[in-house]
This record gives sequence, C-alpha cells and structure tokens, in this order.
Amino acid sequence: MASAEATAEPQGGKRSREDQAAGRGGAWFPRWYWPTFTLPGTLWLVLLFILPFYTVLSVAFGTVEPLFRTPLPVYQPWYWSFGTFDTTLEKFYVSPAIYQEPLIRTFAYVFAASAICLVVGYAVAYYTARYAGRFRVPILLMLVAPFFISYLMRIYAWQSLLQPGGYVDDIWGIFAEPVNWLSGKPVTVILGLVYGYIPFMILPLYGSLDRIEQSMLEAGRDLGASPFHTFRRVTLPLSKPAILAGLVIVSLPMFGDYYTNDLLGSQNTSMLGNLINLAVFQPGQGQEAGSLTIVLMLIVVIPMGYYLRETRRAAERA
Amino acid sequence: MSDVALDPVVDSTPRRPRLFRNPWRKPWGLLLVTLGYLLWSLIPVVIAVVFSFNAGRSRSTWQGFSLRWWTGEPFDALFTDPSLRAAMFQTFRLSIITVLIAVPLGTAFAIGIDRWHGRPARGANFMMLLSFVVPEMILGVSLFLMFTQLIDNLIPLGTTSQILGLATFQMSYSVVIVRARMLSIGPEYEEAALDLGARPGQSLRRVLLPLLSPAILASVAVVFADSVDNFVIVRYLSGTADSEPLSVKIYSAARSSPTPAVNAAATVMLVATITVVLVGYLLYRRFSKGQEPADVGGFAQV
Repeated sequence: MASAEATAEPQGGKRSREDQAAGRGGAWFPRWYWPTFTLPGTLWLVLLFILPFYTVLSVAFGTVEPLFRTPLPVYQPWYWSFGTFDTTLEKFYVSPAIYQEPLIRTFAYVFAASAICLVVGYAVAYYTARYAGRFRVPILLMLVAPFFISYLMRIYAWQSLLQPGGYVDDIWGIFAEPVNWLSGKPVTVILGLVYGYIPFMILPLYGSLDRIEQSMLEAGRDLGASPFHTFRRVTLPLSKPAILAGLVIVSLPMFGDYYTNDLLGSQNTSMLGNLINLAVFQPGQGQEAGSLTIVLMLIVVIPMGYYLRETRRAAERA
Repeated sequence: MSDVALDPVVDSTPRRPRLFRNPWRKPWGLLLVTLGYLLWSLIPVVIAVVFSFNAGRSRSTWQGFSLRWWTGEPFDALFTDPSLRAAMFQTFRLSIITVLIAVPLGTAFAIGIDRWHGRPARGANFMMLLSFVVPEMILGVSLFLMFTQLIDNLIPLGTTSQILGLATFQMSYSVVIVRARMLSIGPEYEEAALDLGARPGQSLRRVLLPLLSPAILASVAVVFADSVDNFVIVRYLSGTADSEPLSVKIYSAARSSPTPAVNAAATVMLVATITVVLVGYLLYRRFSKGQEPADVGGFAQV
C-alpha cells in the first residue's frame, strides 16, 4: 500500500482531464491501482470456482479405475473421452430410461412451483406495495424473515406438521379421510418448493411494483380503462422485468434441489438433484455425479444467461 | 390506447357489478391472500420453536412444557449432547471465519471493479456474477470433486475445505451489497478529498471506507446469517461426522428419528441469524442516517 501511495502523485494535465471526464479520478492513481483491489477475489474465484468446475469436466470426461470404479480424472482436454458421458445421457432417453422420469418430474415440479410462486407472490407483493399503508414496515419484516430462517428448518417444520397424527392431519381429518402426506405425494413436494423459494419471488416483485407511480394508474383510469384493463395494460407491463427475474431466481435453485424431496417426498417424487446427491455419496459413482452435474449445468445455463444479461443492462441504465 | 376506449367492458359502466364500481374500495381478496401467506409462511416455524420445549419425545403432539431437550438428559439435549454441542460450535466457527474471509475480499473486489474498466475487468465481474447465480448444488458437487480428486488429500474434507467453499459462495453477496453502495455514493466525495490533497490511501481510509461502512455491515450480517443456514456446501465438504454443523445434523435427524432436540438446534440457528440481522439492520440505519432513506425493503433487496 505504501508504494501505491508513493507512485500515485498527479501526473500531467492532459491525461488527468481525460480521465476525469470519464469520471474515474484516474489522474491520482496508477494504472494497476484499482485492478490490485480485485486481484485477491479474482484469484480466489479462479482457484475455487473455475477450477472445481474444470475438475467436474475432467472427471466426467475422464476414465475410471476398473476394479472399484473410482474416477481417474483426465486434465488434458485433448485426451477427453465422451463415452461414459454418453452412457449417462442415454439413461435419459434410451430404454430402460431410468433417469427419464426424474427429469420430467423435475421440469414439471419446477414449472408448477414457479407458477404458484408467481401468482401468490404477485398478489402479496401488490398488496404490500399499494395498500399496506401503515402496516407496510411490519409486513415487509415478515416477508424478509424467511430469508434468515434456515431453509432446512422451514422444511423440517412442515415435515413435523404433515406427519401422520400431526396438526395438518387433525384439521384435514375434520373434512376428509386422512392422507399420508409424506408418502411421496407430488403436491406435498411442489408446495414444499413453493414454501421454500417464494420469498425470492416476492421481494423483486415488491421492489418493482413499489416504483410504479400512483399517477400512472390514475391516468389509466382517467382515460377510461377499467381496473382490470389498467392492471393488464399498465401495471403488468411495467412489472414484467421483475416477473421474469423472479421466475429465474426461484427456478434456478429448484432445479438443483434435493433436500425438499428428501424431507417431504419419497423415491416416487425424486428429482434430478436427488440423482446427483445419491451419486455423490455412492462409491464408484463419482463419474456419474460429474456427468449429472454437467446435465444440470446445461439446463440452468439459459435462465442464468438471461439473468446475467438483464443485470448487466440494469447496471448500464443506472 | 384506442382499442381500450372501444372495448365494450369499458363503455358499460352502469351494468358493471357493484364490486368493481369503486376504485378506492378495500381490496379484501388481496388482503386475505397476503394475511394467509404471512400466516402460512411463519406459523410452521413458530410451532417448530414451541415444540423444542415439548415434554415428550414427539415433535407433533404437545405433551407439556419442559427444558429437557435444551439442558436435560446428557445424551439427548442440545446443550449436553456432545455431538450436538460440537455441531453448534462448528456452525459458529464456520460462519465467523467465513465472514472474516468473504467480506474483506468481496469489499476490495467491489471497490476495484467499480473503478477499473476494460475487458479483463468485465471478465472478472462476469465470473463473480456467475458465482452469485450458480445453483449451490453445482458449486457443492464441483468443490467436493475437486477436494477429493484434483488435490487429493492436500486439503482433506472438513473444516478447512468447508470454509473455503462457504467463502467462495458468500463472497459474491458482499460484492453485490458493497457495489450497490458504491454506485449510489458516486466518485465525487473521493475526488473532493483528493483535490484537497489527500493521498489515495488516505482517501480510501478516511472517505471511502466510512461511506461504505453501512454496506460492509450489511454484508457482515447477511454473510453470517447465510453461512449459519448453509447446508448444501457444508454437507458435501464435511467429511467426517465431527465437522458437521447444526444444519447437517438437522437434515440427518429429519431423515431418521428426530426428537425435539432437533427443534432446539434449529431454534439456536434461528435466534443467531435473526439477532445478527436485526443488530446489523439497526446499526445500518444509524450509520446511513441522513445519507439515504434506509428502508427495510432496501436492506432486504441488497
């Protein structure tokens, strides 16, 4: 740091004006001054984010030790072989396609859960942004609270309630035959996913709906639109970026989720995340775990790319 | 908008049902959904906390109040069972060290990336954002394979690798929080300081860092709370049972035969995270007083 200060004297009027025009105060700092700040974080990510993912590729496209089937990763891309990766892929579509059902289930559950998140989340965010009045701060606090309550605790809490003889059974029993909710019912797992991830939907929606000016809606009403039309033609288009962002934010972790199903479902409701999780801990399945992780990565790369592009655009507008 | 005016629904004001006539009527439907949602989202957690004081073994049938799952029998209660106690220490150890690594690295990165422009800067920023959005599952499995395959036993699974993994995942949170603050304060204060003769190091220490302190504080709170709650990464990197934190114990117990001691463990995590976040929020409001409106939503959205 001392050397940085010593060499950072102002240098030459011309460059200074240029850099100041760019709003960087660059005249005071040598070229390498700001990059140095990012260096530790960047190195950290190269070693512990990029390198691990490269290991996954090397394991998935490498070979296995023949006796115990422990992976022998191959680190040179030109020696990579895709045979075992193909075998894994074939389990998704070549009969007996043992991975096909979990994959379809993953998409179906994620789709259903995201849709419910959107509908319920929109209503809650809309009410909070527009009508909450003096209750806004307490409601917001309650909306934020789930972020800081362990996901596992929240699902565990539901597991206790849904047990045979639990409180849900007591209430349900008044109206209908008792149901074993934890015996691998899709509805339990989907609602579990909704419960787990809906806070991530509500907050961006709230942020966006809160920014819509009251006068815009009044203008719509004054110009003769019904409340429904005002909503469809004004509010909905203005909140569209937040809707898409919210859908991406809730669906990304859902694709990799396995613990919701582990606690609330059974083998009949297992998802892609469950396949990966089982492979990770099974001896001799290391390569399978790597291949399935690549499949998961391929699934989420499109929503992830969309989200990154939108974030960049938002940053450029700011 | 011409088609709106032509729409028959709009013209038929007299025939509209009473419900839709008054635009300022109370939105009862929305109110019900919101109240229902809030109850649905919080009551299970409250019940789980209450059951940590259950006198019986059940976590779903109330059998009277007792502290036995907190301080009671030596091998069942949270504070006396050696493995649960170890897990509690492990949770706090991991979270504190993760904060100490992730927040300084993230803050420095955010400061640098805000001022440094050009292609390599964009690349570094892209990598950071990617680590922010990537599903935890992918990062967890990747780190697991790296520590077990690539650097076989150089860093064995356990506390060290858990901290490395957590810090990698949490760094981006503090980058995002501090970066947002950097954008909102702009370069003017620092330029003024430099104009008045401060050296770069001085302007950093005496102008920029104090201005960033609310954001740094917020990221300490968020990173700590998130590390306490983290489960996917710490589980894959935990190796043996004695490096498992509370979250992993809850997962394992929930799949076998949980007792209310698990509820007590979850309650400890809950109290720890909520306390840290509330203290962080109150300090954040104090630090940023008069600088910008610091409402709950703003704090939550960072």
